[in-house]
Amino acid sequence: MFKSFRNAQGAETRVLDDIDLDIRKGEFFSLLGPSGCGKTTLLRILAGFEQPDAGAVLIGGRDMTGVPPNLRPVNTVFQSYALFPHLSVYDNVAFGLRQKGIGGAALRDRVGRAMETVRIGDFGTRKPDNLSGGQRQRVALARAIVNEPEVLLLDEPLSALDLKLRKELQVELSNLQETLGMTFVFVTHDQEEALVMSDRIAVMNRGRVEQLGKAEDLYERPRTAFVANFLGQSNLIPGKVQEVSPGGAVVLTEHGLLRTVYGADLSVGREVMLSIRPEKLRMERDDETEGNEVRARVDDIVYTGAENQYLLEANGQRLVAFQLNSDIGADEDFDYEEEVALYLPPASLVILEEG
Amino acid sequence: MMRRTHPALSAWAWLVYGFLYLPILVLIIFSFNDSKFGGTWAGFTTKWYGVLLAREDVREALTNTLLVALSSTLISTVLGTLVGLGLWRYSTRFRLPLTFLLVTPIVIPDVVMGVSLLMFYSLVRGGLELTGWTFENGFWTVMFAHVTFQISYVALTVRSRLAGYDRSLEEAARDLGASSVQSFLRVILPLALPGVLAGALLAFTLSLDDFVVTYFTSGSGFRTLPVLIYTSVKKGVTPDINALSTLLVLVTVVAIIAANAIMRPRPGRRGEA
Repeated sequence: MFKSFRNAQGAETRVLDDIDLDIRKGEFFSLLGPSGCGKTTLLRILAGFEQPDAGAVLIGGRDMTGVPPNLRPVNTVFQSYALFPHLSVYDNVAFGLRQKGIGGAALRDRVGRAMETVRIGDFGTRKPDNLSGGQRQRVALARAIVNEPEVLLLDEPLSALDLKLRKELQVELSNLQETLGMTFVFVTHDQEEALVMSDRIAVMNRGRVEQLGKAEDLYERPRTAFVANFLGQSNLIPGKVQEVSPGGAVVLTEHGLLRTVYGADLSVGREVMLSIRPEKLRMERDDETEGNEVRARVDDIVYTGAENQYLLEANGQRLVAFQLNSDIGADEDFDYEEEVALYLPPASLVILEEG
Repeated sequence: MMRRTHPALSAWAWLVYGFLYLPILVLIIFSFNDSKFGGTWAGFTTKWYGVLLAREDVREALTNTLLVALSSTLISTVLGTLVGLGLWRYSTRFRLPLTFLLVTPIVIPDVVMGVSLLMFYSLVRGGLELTGWTFENGFWTVMFAHVTFQISYVALTVRSRLAGYDRSLEEAARDLGASSVQSFLRVILPLALPGVLAGALLAFTLSLDDFVVTYFTSGSGFRTLPVLIYTSVKKGVTPDINALSTLLVLVTVVAIIAANAIMRPRPGRRGEA
């Protein structure tokens, strides 16, 4: 699927480039990426507010390309909630069903149940303006799920809420999705939110899907430098493949030879980029070398509570290591300027696709 | 605690308001003056209002005024509402020039509007005469002349009423199964309605009060109340004209207060998370 926009000056920007996604029925699917990556445009194409320049949208096997939003079996939870200010909470939730011509007891029953599901049962007569942010969010949810859409589209629905409420609603949303068994397509720029809630995540960058997979796959085995750094933090170490065996590869870097369990299919001599998560680096004081060790000096220490973040200087490269702030072995804390040995476990050294 | 205002400042404020309203107050008082000639007070009476209503030319002018005001308000409200909605809904590079073009008729001197409309109508008449048709200046020319300045007011009130609302409201309605017409009728129009009503009231009073544009476009046989007042006063101010002016002031003030009450934002209406 492709999508381009023209700006006011008439210049064309390709906002979606060669998107090919297969979202499974009943899964919690997230589109994750920085602002401007095209994730919201993709969502709006699914909802029917935008049309792709080329390609097709299929929902439940039916071609929905060109079908207006009111005739699609999808509903949207908007970033701004977009609650109708002139209608009560009840009438907001009932809007979609009334539009379908449902009335009487069936309407009351379904609206009541949807409001109970998101725990706004008592707010029926209130106007949206008299609700808190979290309550409005729930009304927006109820207004969408009451229609029992095949796909529920959520456009950064939690971004306007404060951290505590956001965490609460994250859990509630994923529980809700499990209970309803509805397909959720969730747009967010918050990597933690995506990791916590999703069955699968598509990481998007500049109109393309960089990587698609389960949260754990994306975090443990990022395929590109973008994914490695957008989901959490990563240390990137460039190098050249020195040796390949069925058990992995040995890469020559500025820090010497580093062994990894990945890259068994690479050719010798190829330039590669290694990536390792800061919390997977092990800082040690002893000098005995067991391989995959890098000498480094502590440049700076950031105390974040649960962990200490060490900024290290190693062979002219800056590395970051997180060490859990555990009281077991209090002498594990390192000092400024201290020389340490960094152990890079071969199973944590991922080879990225682009060199 | 209230801050004490400097006495000189409040005196100045009284002076300004007096300057604005004393002439109108004098007019109202003298409409109840039991004397054929202005200037001296000869006791309270309401007889001039009776005299006024008995006058054939006043009754005719009143009918003309109301017909012009009602029909021009109807037309300009529909057109102006559509313009206001368009300005709210579409973000094009023409938005700023379009807004400018809307404000211009408000600030252009009435005399210029009147002269240009007079010229415009005679041009149209000249063109029509080639096909054998013609028209006299009268109800229709006055009515459409009023529409030209009313549209701006309606469009601007409607736009400012909608300004605080998110444009995704319309998308939300579409998303919930409403066609574009249904989303207009069930969501956008109800939200815009106070603005539409306030704009209509404003347009109505503007038409009611207009003298200059009407004078230029009305021709000889068609008179509205302001034009009647003007031509009567040329022969000298009479108490019944004071009474007529008082009534005009009253209707206008009531309409403006109503328009303000409709448009006043209720507390928390635009509260955002």
